[in-house]
Amino acid sequence: MATIDANKPDLPAAGAKSHPLYWKNRGFAHHFRNADEQFDACKLGMWLFLTTEVLLFAGIFCAYAIFRMLYPEAWTAGSHHLDWRFGGLNTIVLLISSWTVASGVRSAQLGNNAALIRNLLITLVCAALFVFIKLYFEYIPKLSMGKAPGTFFSYPYAHDPHEPLWWSVYYIGTGIHALHVFIGAGLLTWVLVRAIKYEAYGPTEYTMVETSALYWHLVDLVWIFLFPLLYLIH
Amino acid sequence: MTTVDTTHELDHHDEGSYLTPKYGAMGTVWDWMTTVDHKKIGVMYLFAVLFMFFLGGVAALAVRLELLEPVRIAADGSITGQLFGGDGEAIATGNQVYNRLFTLHGAIMVFMFIVPSVPASLGNFFLPLMLGAKDVAFPRLNLFSWYIYVSGSIFGIASIVLGGVDTGWTFYTPYSTTTDADHWRVLLMVLAAFVLGFSSILTGLNFIVTTHKLRAPGMGWFDMPLFIWAIYATSIIQVLATPVIGITLLLLIFERLFKVGIFDPGLGGDPVLYQHFFWFYSHPVVYVMILPGMGIISELLSVHCRKQIFGYRAIAFSSLGIAAVSFIVWGHHMFTAMGELASTIFSALTFLVAIPTAIKVFNWIATLYKGSIAINTPMLYALSFLFLFSIGGLTGLPLGALATDLHLHDSYFVVAHFHYVMMGGTVIAFIGGIHHWWPKMFGRMYNEKAGMLGCVLVFIGFNLTFMTQFFLGTQGMPRRYASYVDEFQFLHSLSTYGSWFLLAGFLTHLFNFIHSLVAGPKAPPNPWGGLTVEWETESPPIEHNFHHEVLVKHGPYDFDTVVPPHCDERDFPLPPQDQVRAH
Repeated sequence: MATIDANKPDLPAAGAKSHPLYWKNRGFAHHFRNADEQFDACKLGMWLFLTTEVLLFAGIFCAYAIFRMLYPEAWTAGSHHLDWRFGGLNTIVLLISSWTVASGVRSAQLGNNAALIRNLLITLVCAALFVFIKLYFEYIPKLSMGKAPGTFFSYPYAHDPHEPLWWSVYYIGTGIHALHVFIGAGLLTWVLVRAIKYEAYGPTEYTMVETSALYWHLVDLVWIFLFPLLYLIH
Repeated sequence: MTTVDTTHELDHHDEGSYLTPKYGAMGTVWDWMTTVDHKKIGVMYLFAVLFMFFLGGVAALAVRLELLEPVRIAADGSITGQLFGGDGEAIATGNQVYNRLFTLHGAIMVFMFIVPSVPASLGNFFLPLMLGAKDVAFPRLNLFSWYIYVSGSIFGIASIVLGGVDTGWTFYTPYSTTTDADHWRVLLMVLAAFVLGFSSILTGLNFIVTTHKLRAPGMGWFDMPLFIWAIYATSIIQVLATPVIGITLLLLIFERLFKVGIFDPGLGGDPVLYQHFFWFYSHPVVYVMILPGMGIISELLSVHCRKQIFGYRAIAFSSLGIAAVSFIVWGHHMFTAMGELASTIFSALTFLVAIPTAIKVFNWIATLYKGSIAINTPMLYALSFLFLFSIGGLTGLPLGALATDLHLHDSYFVVAHFHYVMMGGTVIAFIGGIHHWWPKMFGRMYNEKAGMLGCVLVFIGFNLTFMTQFFLGTQGMPRRYASYVDEFQFLHSLSTYGSWFLLAGFLTHLFNFIHSLVAGPKAPPNPWGGLTVEWETESPPIEHNFHHEVLVKHGPYDFDTVVPPHCDERDFPLPPQDQVRAH
């Protein structure tokens, strides 16, 4: 919990403040002893959930490692088809979004709702940009050239018979990551809506901002591993 | 968490039992369907998993019925073929029906019954109560995971209704990715297991946070009942292992839908990789199945022989030890698919599991020593557990040793070992636990004589059914076959007769429970003289669990020095204090 005291008189007190979701009106669930305990519980819960997400991706990374060991040529050849500039651009986009979402948490802690909304909006724009680059410059051109996973692979100039497997790992890894981008963006949109409508987050109530931001950092983290392993190995 | 509640000091004196209906008939149904009360969710889980146990049990009885006769295939089809596949089925069809039946038995029992069984039902109900908390940390998530469980089960049942699956519950590739190509049945069953995994993860996550954050004041980690330690260790495995089966089954689904080739040797993929992934989850998960059972046994033995549990910390840490070791032994499911070195290492690691497990068993036996052992249904089940689980555990060692496993693997010895641990361990503990906590959950006593009769029937039936299978296995009867040579008939028919005893035992319990709900005498708050926190509240508990905020002043097993709450000292006398030794 932040060390800021909610009762300090110099905090902003603007807007329609009677709604139960307004952050100063928020209590905590009846089975917790106090708000700190609830916040800690929620945070621990999210960290545990992130652990499960890491383990989910661990399966994909494990498959990646094994097939790269078995078919190094296919991996080199496959990686040649990926443009590191798009991957790098997307890495920068996600890193910026991670920074803005962290700033969003800070804004909520300081009670600066306008900054929170601004930071969340930039984060969401970054998420959309990421998906756009992924789809428009990577998935669609590649799929139209036949660089598709498994038996759908029909690219005529393949160097290695195991390239279809490379594309399977590529699409599954980046695809499930993209799914997480959507889930994370969904969470942040929900936070954004509540911030705009009710000014729901402030120094004493920012659990949802913090946990959603944690989730978003995971999205970033997974990409940080996917990017070099897929784009930078040739 | 939007609830505004500033009345934490409020006494819940005028509150009724959580079972008291507050609305009309439809209102009550709606109330249960949308409840976030961990007790109601626990009860809903209890009925759901028991229903699944019934479905899986029917499949098991059919399998045993088929094996009553060595010659499965008369010209007019098999016994089960006649029951489930119609008359005049061809030989191959008879085999297919059998394969589907044992797959359904395995898939239902593992994914829909035994994994959620104890944690989701008894765990949900008693974890917060035993911690002195008002609810689990995330009540709405708890309800959500119940709905996930129900949807997953519906997928599974849909697959059965559409004709069933014959892959075995392990869904080994490449068979599982190529069979049933123009139907959705395998896909549905795999999807069911995938969805059920989420329910498992969320329940485990909820329990870990609850244990960390919601213990009552005065309850340190080593003041927790051992059932909580067991559930906690279980939850860690659920959270850490289940995501791996998630991605595995997802890859299997992709494999079927998009032919991605990860597990397809034709494209360079590796079917054994599937097995590694699968068992990286599914071996730890057998400890998800057994650990809560072990937790129940710690409670049952201590309360019903009125004695401080022997070696509290040893039992608590051995639960965590089992959880830790569980992650590094999966390779023993693939001894024949790995090199010599890897197999030897996995074999050695497998033996490690025996150490914390044996620590528990010895501590339980030491707990019984000089205790005042009550002969009632929970205690009979706890004693049954000690016998059956010890046999199950010890027969695991020859399967973990490479030389003997070469002879025993894929035989009925494996089937018998597995059932001694899972059924003789978990199911026995589960039923014992249901009896132990039945008065608390529903506020009614069950009939003790009928309960003990059921336990004796189950014990005899169980041994008859599965002891014979050890002998069948050592003589070379392979698992998963619908027919066998005539020499095996005597043992096979004994095994089938045993399954009928089991049925009789379970039906006895069922009628006993129904009778208890309808006409059982009202239960006192603390019928067994237990010292854990759940016995401090009423039977059944009030909606907010406790009248006052709980303050824990004594350990969960201090039977030597503490008179149990709501109990008369004449009923539960303390021993002469000069004989009480320090623990």
